[in-house]
Amino acid sequence: MEEVKLIGTWPSPFSYRVIWALKLKGIPYEYIEEDLSNKSPMLLQYNPLHKKIPVLVHGGKPICESAVILQYIEDVWPQNPLLPNDPHERAVARFWVQFAENKVPCIWRLFRTTGGEEQEKAKKESMEMLRALEEHGLRDKKFFGGDKIGIADIAFGQVAHWLEMIEDLVGVKLIEAHTFPHLHAWTKNFKQVPIIKENLPDYGEMLMYFKRARDNFLASRGPGM
Amino acid sequence: MAEEVKLFGGMWASLYSRRIEIALKMTGVQFEFIEEDLQNKSPLLLQYNSIHKKVPVLLHNGMPIAESLIILEYINETWPDNPILPRDPYDRAMARFWARFIDEKLIWVSWDAYRSKEEDQGKAIEEACKQLKALENELKEKEFFGGDTVGYLDIAAIMVASWFGVMQEVMKVELLTEENFPNLCQWVEKFVDCPIVKECLPHKEKMVEFIRVLLKDFLASR
Repeated sequence: MEEVKLIGTWPSPFSYRVIWALKLKGIPYEYIEEDLSNKSPMLLQYNPLHKKIPVLVHGGKPICESAVILQYIEDVWPQNPLLPNDPHERAVARFWVQFAENKVPCIWRLFRTTGGEEQEKAKKESMEMLRALEEHGLRDKKFFGGDKIGIADIAFGQVAHWLEMIEDLVGVKLIEAHTFPHLHAWTKNFKQVPIIKENLPDYGEMLMYFKRARDNFLASRGPGM
Repeated sequence: MAEEVKLFGGMWASLYSRRIEIALKMTGVQFEFIEEDLQNKSPLLLQYNSIHKKVPVLLHNGMPIAESLIILEYINETWPDNPILPRDPYDRAMARFWARFIDEKLIWVSWDAYRSKEEDQGKAIEEACKQLKALENELKEKEFFGGDTVGYLDIAAIMVASWFGVMQEVMKVELLTEENFPNLCQWVEKFVDCPIVKECLPHKEKMVEFIRVLLKDFLASR
């Protein structure tokens, strides 16, 4: 099998998406940690357009954008499939992956707020996004993929683990058992899946890392926001 | 069982819907086109795409699929005799990467460039040209993004083939020039000349007039 490398950054949720997919399929790979404050020539060569992680390098050929990487992994290594067999269900799974790309970033907008109108707006958007997941995406299934996790669960991993950190730092509570019963259960079930459980950034360390990042961001923005 | 394929789409100027029309015609699938009035969305559309409430939506034997790029993947998998996605997984990943790039970055950056005030325009145009250059390099000397024939990425790039030319005329800002982007411009000519694309693509002059009316308040304020 050709060599597989993953260029990622701890504790990026996008890095972890690819780690989960590779591990769920049992694909051996070399992990390369990238320092985003000092981007390597390798990253700039493999992702000249966006200069971002994660990048999967398979047989020397780079694939960028985690959602594209997930589909690539599924295409090349069909064991332990992340997509259902049925074409319509596959389209639904892809729909939710795209939804994750387009709508979940609002939680990171919330992460960057301190209060006021900006925070209210980000909170409202985040709640709407979660409502869509609860009522249309997950409904009464255990996972987005049904009985076991699939590509959509992986795409929403941020909501299971990183959102809690955002809630703690910003001082808001979004997912509660009485407001989003299915989603609340899903966050627990997702993190109990053995491969996921073994491959999550330590919560305390992650909290410290993102607190520092948030403090730096807010300091650089200046007062009056 | 006879297949029932319906496409809920926007009126003639709606390019995302044209993507699906082109793909369905290339596949040879018989379908019914149902035009949605986006100012007055039908209960059916709101039911089939309850999350985004947008067109296009493909309905296949009663099952809805939303989001144009996802519909293209569905068409590719469901009617595989005339595949629009490359077979090789790496080529496929590249096609997906660039299609998302067009939808999520290029269009928005270019829109900024077209509508920016004079003082901000230089920077916006520079950014848009950088992105167009990346797409130009991806195309290289190929006839189409898909190789010898029109494929998924060509269909996704309908925005480049149609919208850029229209915006250039309406906003009087040059972005996609032959001098700077010879490959892309040549691709546009070949793409719009394909029989199926010609059938589906809105006529440029008609589109220019339509966009002029749509943007008349914006244009008047400039």
